[in-house]
Amino acid sequence: MEKLKSVTDFKRLQERLVADRDLTIPTLVIPAGTCGQASGANDLIRIAKRELLSKKLTEKIHLRITGCHGFCEMEPFVVVEPRGTFYPKVGLKEMSQIVEAIEKGTVLEGLLWVDGETKKTIEKKDDIPFFHDQVRTILVRNDKIDPIRIYNYIENGGYSAMTRILEKGNPEWVREEVKTSGLRGRGGAGFPAGLKWEMLAQQPNGNGKFIICNADEGDPGAYMDRSVLEGNPHSIIEGMIIGAYATGAIEGVIYVRNEYPLAIKHLVIALRQARELGLLGKNVLGTEFTFDIHLMRGAGAFVCGEETALIRSIEGKMGEPRQRPPFPVQKGIDGKPTAINNVETWANIPIIFENGAEDFKRTGTKKNSGTKIFSLVGKVKYTGLVEVPMGTTLYKVIYDIGGGPVGEAKIKAVQTGGPSGGCIPAKLFDLTIDYENLTQAGAIMGSGGMIVMDEQTCMVDVAKYFMNFLKDESCGKCFTCRKGTQRMYEILDGITRGEGTLESLDLLEELAITVKDTTLCGLGQTAPNPVLSTLRYFRNEYLEHIEHKRCPAGVCKELITYCINKNCTGCQLCLRICPSEAITGKKKELQVIDPEKCIKCGACKSICKLSAIDIL
Amino acid sequence: MVSLHINGLEIAAEEGTTLLEASRFYGFPIPTLCHMDGLSPYGACRLCLVEIGEGAKAKLVTSCTYPVEEGLKVRTASSRVIKARKMILELLLGSCPQSKTIQDLASASEVRTQRFKQEYEDCILCGRCVRMCEEQMMAKAIGFRSRGEKRSIGTPFDIQSEDCRRCGACLYICPTCQLRCTYTEPDRPICGGCANLSPPCLEKEGAEDMMCYMTPCVACEIKKD
Repeated sequence: MEKLKSVTDFKRLQERLVADRDLTIPTLVIPAGTCGQASGANDLIRIAKRELLSKKLTEKIHLRITGCHGFCEMEPFVVVEPRGTFYPKVGLKEMSQIVEAIEKGTVLEGLLWVDGETKKTIEKKDDIPFFHDQVRTILVRNDKIDPIRIYNYIENGGYSAMTRILEKGNPEWVREEVKTSGLRGRGGAGFPAGLKWEMLAQQPNGNGKFIICNADEGDPGAYMDRSVLEGNPHSIIEGMIIGAYATGAIEGVIYVRNEYPLAIKHLVIALRQARELGLLGKNVLGTEFTFDIHLMRGAGAFVCGEETALIRSIEGKMGEPRQRPPFPVQKGIDGKPTAINNVETWANIPIIFENGAEDFKRTGTKKNSGTKIFSLVGKVKYTGLVEVPMGTTLYKVIYDIGGGPVGEAKIKAVQTGGPSGGCIPAKLFDLTIDYENLTQAGAIMGSGGMIVMDEQTCMVDVAKYFMNFLKDESCGKCFTCRKGTQRMYEILDGITRGEGTLESLDLLEELAITVKDTTLCGLGQTAPNPVLSTLRYFRNEYLEHIEHKRCPAGVCKELITYCINKNCTGCQLCLRICPSEAITGKKKELQVIDPEKCIKCGACKSICKLSAIDIL
Repeated sequence: MVSLHINGLEIAAEEGTTLLEASRFYGFPIPTLCHMDGLSPYGACRLCLVEIGEGAKAKLVTSCTYPVEEGLKVRTASSRVIKARKMILELLLGSCPQSKTIQDLASASEVRTQRFKQEYEDCILCGRCVRMCEEQMMAKAIGFRSRGEKRSIGTPFDIQSEDCRRCGACLYICPTCQLRCTYTEPDRPICGGCANLSPPCLEKEGAEDMMCYMTPCVACEIKKD
C-alpha cells in the first residue's frame, strides 16, 4: 500500500477503485461475524472457496466475506448479489449447489426463505419483513464491506466525508454540523454529541486532548457495537478522525473488551491499513493535521463502560468511577480533556457528513434524530440486530420486525437497556422509542439491548437474574451499590423460594429507591431499575409469590410441582427421559410423578407431545 | 470565593473546598465514615450525602467529594437525605453490627430496627486504610482487590508485603476499629502494629457501667496477654 500524500491522491485512488469495480458480476456474500462463525460460516467460506477454485470460477463469481448483517436467527446465510437472493440456514451440502446455481444464473427455490405466517417464499433479502421494515443506515454498510480490506471501504464511499472535511479546513463548521444533526450519544445517556465536542474544543489545548471510542459493551444480550466493530471498523476510525479534527484532539483510544477477539483483530488490521495509507498518523493526507488511534483492551469489568471508570482503566488504575465534576471533558486521561463517545455514535459521524446534517435530521423524531440499532433477543421469532429510526414503536420492532412470539405463549414484556434497564409491559408497546419515553416508562435506552419475555418468564426471576449479574459487576466502591445489590438479590431470592413476606417487599422497594438515589455512577443509579420496573408493572406476580407461594409463570422451582393430567396415554417418553427416576406407571396407563424425587428440571414437559404435564 | 446556600444560609467558601468542609465550617453536622482530614476524599460510605439542585433536578451527592459551586443550593438534612442516610446505616448495621462507630451513628440517626438478614462482617471497605497507606505512609502495601461482592482489602496475593513497615496506621484510622490484627498467625498480619495501640477502653475509665461493643476487643485482648 502506497502512502497517500494529499487529498488529490486519495480522490484519484477512490476514482480508480470505483471505475475498476463491476457490480454486474455475481457476488457470493457470506456474513462471518462472530455470530456467523459460531453457526458455521467458516465452513461455508471454505467450501465456497474450494468450489470457486476447482471450477475456475474466480473471475466469474466473486466472493465477499462480510461482518454480521443482523439476521442472526437465520445464520449461516448467504446472499447472492446483485439480485439480492437470500438463502437462510445454509447447510454444507447446499453450499456447492448454490455456487452451481449462481454459475447457471438460476435460483434454488427450495432453499429460499419461507415466511412463517403467510407461508410465502421470498427470494430477495430486502423483501423479507425483517429487513424490509428496518431503516438500515449503519448496518447496511456491513453488507457491502469486507472489513479487512480498506479499499473495499473506500470504493463504497468510505473516508470521503473525512477528506471533504480536511479540504474544507473548518473545524468549527464540523462541530456546527454535528450539533445541527441533533445526534445524541448512543451509549445510553443521550448527551448531544455536538455539544460534547464543542466543550472539548473549548478546552485549552495545552498538553493535548483525547477522544475515546467506548467499545466496552457489557450488557448481557447486547452485541450491536461488536457487530459494527467487526463488520465496519473503518467507519469508527473515520468518525474518530473527523471528531479529532473538529475538537483538536491529537490522540484517540478505542477501548474494546477483550472478549471480542474478532473485533480486535479487525480493528488492528483496519488501523494498520489506515496508517499505511496515511489516513492516520503524522500529517494526515499531507495536511497539517496529526492524529493517531491506539487500541486498548478491557479486562472484562462491566463497570468500565462507565466513562470515568473507563478513563481510570486506560490510565492503568482500578476501574472505579469517580465524582463528576470535573467532567472528563475537563479532566480526563491523565488530567487532559477527553471526550468519550460510544461505537454507534462514532459510526454515525461519517453518515452525517455524507448527506449533510439536515438530511440526517430527517430520520427519527425532533429531539431524537437518526437511527438506533437494537439487539432483539429473547422469546421472539426472529432475533438479531434491528436498526430503526428513533420514534418507532416497540410494537413494530417486536411484532413486525421480530415476528412476534415464538410459541403459543403471549409476549408479556420487553426489557430494554440491559441489566440496569427496566421491563416494559406489553400494554405499553405503543410507546415510541426515544430516550425520554423509555426513561419515563421506568426503563432506559442503554446501549440498546432488547430482551423479549413471554408468559413463561417469571418477572421476579428476571429481576433476580439481573441483580445477580449486578452484585458481581458493581465495582464495590459505593457501599450502597455493593451491599444494596447484594441485599436486593437476597430478598428476591427469598421471594422466589417462597420465603418472602409483605414486609420484605416493602423493604425491597425502599432499598431500591435508596440505591438509585445514593450511588455515584450510572451503574448504581440504574441498578435498581429491574426491581423497580417489575414492581411497578408486575406487582401482582410478586404478591402471588408471597401470598399464595405460587409462581404464575412456572419458573421458580421451589414453588412449583409437576404433575401429569388425563391427556397422558402412557407412552412413557417422560419416564425414560426423567433423570431422577421420579416418574412411575405402567405402559398405556396414566403415569405418576413422585414429588419427593422430582428435581423440577422440566425434561418431561419438554418431551411430552400431548401436553399432559402441568405445572401447578 | 464562591457563594452558595447551605440550608438556606448564604455562605462564601474558597474555591476548591468540598461541600463537607464548607458545611462543617458553618456548623452543619454531616456524619462520615470514609472521610478523614488529610486523606483524599473517596466517597465510598455514602453517609455524607447532601441534596443539591432544585425541583426535578435535585439529587443526592456525597458532600466529601463534591466541590462548592457558585449559586449551589445545598440541603444537608432534607427528608430525602435523612431517609437515605437511615437506609445506609441500616445496611451497615446489617453487615457490621459489632462496630461501635456504626452503632453510635445509627443511634444518633434514630435507626431502631435492622430488617436485613444479620451478617457479621468486619470491614465496610471504606478504603481509609488504603488511602492512608498510599498517601501518608507512602507504602502502597495494601489495596482493593476484585469487584462486587468479592471486593476486599489486602496485600497482593495475601502475602505479607515487603512495602509494609508495620506502622499500624491502617489499623489506627479504621473507622470501624477493624482490619483486625491476626496476631496469632505471624505470617498473615498486614502490619502487626496493633501492639502499639492503647486500648480504646482506657478513655472510658471512670464510667464503670460503660459497655464495650467490641467482641472481642482487639486492644483489650492484647493487653490481657
